[in-house]
Amino acid sequence: MLKDLFYYIIYPGFLFVAVSGGILAWFDRKITAWLQFRKGPPFLQPFYDFFKLLLVKETILPAKGSKITFLLAPVFSLTGALLAGLLILLPVLNIKSGFSGDIIVIFYLLTIPSLTYIIGALASGNPLAAVGASREMKLIVSYELTFLLIIAAIILKANMSIKLNEILLVQEDSPFIGSISGVLLFIVAVFTVQAKLGLVPFDMAEAETEITHGFFIEYSGTPYAFIKLAKYSMLFILPVFLCSLFLGGLQFNGLNILWSVLKLLGIVLLLTLIRNTNPRVRIDQAMRFFFVWMNLLVIIAIVLILFGL
Amino acid sequence: MGFKEFCFKKSLWLFHFGGASCNNCDIEILDCLTPRYDVERFGMLLVGSIRHADVLLVNGSINQKDKKRLLEIYHQAPKPILVVAIGACGCTGGIFAEGNTFAGPVDKIIPVDAYIPGCPPKPEAILAGIVKLLNKKPEQHKSA
Repeated sequence: MLKDLFYYIIYPGFLFVAVSGGILAWFDRKITAWLQFRKGPPFLQPFYDFFKLLLVKETILPAKGSKITFLLAPVFSLTGALLAGLLILLPVLNIKSGFSGDIIVIFYLLTIPSLTYIIGALASGNPLAAVGASREMKLIVSYELTFLLIIAAIILKANMSIKLNEILLVQEDSPFIGSISGVLLFIVAVFTVQAKLGLVPFDMAEAETEITHGFFIEYSGTPYAFIKLAKYSMLFILPVFLCSLFLGGLQFNGLNILWSVLKLLGIVLLLTLIRNTNPRVRIDQAMRFFFVWMNLLVIIAIVLILFGL
Repeated sequence: MGFKEFCFKKSLWLFHFGGASCNNCDIEILDCLTPRYDVERFGMLLVGSIRHADVLLVNGSINQKDKKRLLEIYHQAPKPILVVAIGACGCTGGIFAEGNTFAGPVDKIIPVDAYIPGCPPKPEAILAGIVKLLNKKPEQHKSA
């Protein structure tokens, strides 16, 4: 019982996910600064931001709009992100084997943060937030199908097992990235994760320059701190999920720690490079990108899997 | 300096309010975010929404119509908020001080924590002002 609580709250649960997410958020900002020939923020910057929002700043509630929904949405987004992190990390770190069908539960839990952002934005009663929410809704519609197809392809590749632990066992000798279909799926998955994290080519929902942070426009103080924490957690969880689907998971024992950290940092570096070298696309361009091109790539990959490539 | 104060000073997010400005100060403020000066070293970010802001940068002469907007922005901001008046127009009114639409320098409308004079102030001057703001003792902050 006490051991379970340790798993849920400290390692690999709440605290571990939050701290690693903060470090990755710093890594992302530092790489961005280096790419622009700047010096960049100090190492603890995400933690300063979080504690400032949590402890110092005042929380302002919207005068018109549903206050309870507005306040509860960030809590649910954080809960969804951390639950997904727990379900991913327990099998990946080989602590518990999980249950049959947990990959489908993870798929649903990873959608919860985006959904709750939409709910919170619509509860705030701000017109710019409503624009951001409607854009995010369209974005979810476009990338979720692709994400589901990727997971279906992975399940097909792993001899029809719907358990994350078994998918990891199949990859023990040869990770899925080693085949042609694996490479295709990995490319698509990176773009899907980019959209899920709301990073630049697909950040139209919180476009700072046109709709001023979109769905987060009314959030201040503690609720915004929760949103920041949920974003940090997602920045850690989704690369870990990619690692476990394509790169054979993470091992935190002995020298393998170095290799696992390198894998994670590599994926985040890829996301940051895409974010810094691309302009923001319009919502119709994003929908066409996912519906036509990304789905086509996944279907090609599925056909290749059926031929055993 | 307590933990709260330390975190606050390490991550000031800036919101930029331009009054009836000639745009020189606006450009110099944006210069501070460029690779040469880079205020993100101090944890500062330019944010788009006043609800996320910790520092309100006001530049340009404030006329009768701007006064209402400045007050509204100030009341929408989550407290504690620091106000910095940038440029001669923000600090004193500059050449517009005698104009009939002029509604007073910024510190007649809202409490100001730091003044950065100049027409326009160089980015170095803005950075020096920011460092002075960071080193200011908390009890010296004026309350709203």
